[in-house]
Amino acid sequence: MTVAVPSELEFVEHTVDLVARHCLACGLSIKAVRFNLRVALGEALANAIVYGNRLDPGKQVHIAICLVGQAVQVHVRDQGEGFDPDCIPDPRSGDCIERPVGRGLFLIKELVDELAFNDRGNSLCMTLHRA
Amino acid sequence: MGLTVDRLPNGVTKMGVDGQLIVANRNELKEKVLESLEAGDLKFVFDFAATGYIDSSGLGVLVSVSKKIREAGGALRLAGLNEDLAMLFELTKLDTLFKICDTTKAALKGL
Repeated sequence: MTVAVPSELEFVEHTVDLVARHCLACGLSIKAVRFNLRVALGEALANAIVYGNRLDPGKQVHIAICLVGQAVQVHVRDQGEGFDPDCIPDPRSGDCIERPVGRGLFLIKELVDELAFNDRGNSLCMTLHRA
Repeated sequence: MGLTVDRLPNGVTKMGVDGQLIVANRNELKEKVLESLEAGDLKFVFDFAATGYIDSSGLGVLVSVSKKIREAGGALRLAGLNEDLAMLFELTKLDTLFKICDTTKAALKGL
């Protein structure tokens, strides 16, 4: 399944709903879909729209869902410059906890079984294992 | 998101978030809190009993308004978090930053 999403935040909720239904059909548990997938995908999509595509209406976010053995992989790719995920500080540490931003990537890392980026940093792959 | 604002007889402003507090609507809550602070309100309870989901932007707004309330000399308590929301606060350690109560009734006690 592939989906191309316009760079507008109003599409996040509906896109997450669509992908969640698909992942449920792929065999992910209800709990993993309701919480882990929905949170992680919502964060990845919002990051791609806001920080990746910078809300540019001429750009899209591309989502692909693949079944790989006993896992579901969700790829999210934007058309931005990319970023270095290692440069994002832990939002729980020191003064960061009082910052209003910077928790999205952390939540993704915590809630999926595996997370990988491409070299450019504009595409991530979230892997969730099937029950 | 539906946002309800109730000014209770004991001087507490109770805000209820119905649905989701996410990047697309987070500023509604922020604007309501800032309006209330300008009106002189200082004690707040946010009731999340009818809230399905809060994303990182929503969490960020809560951090931001809690700071504003604290700077104004006020107090904020959160109540009614479901299991998933409680997990988000725990994962991000925001449970150490906020006073979180099981119910609105418990949050109102002693505020």
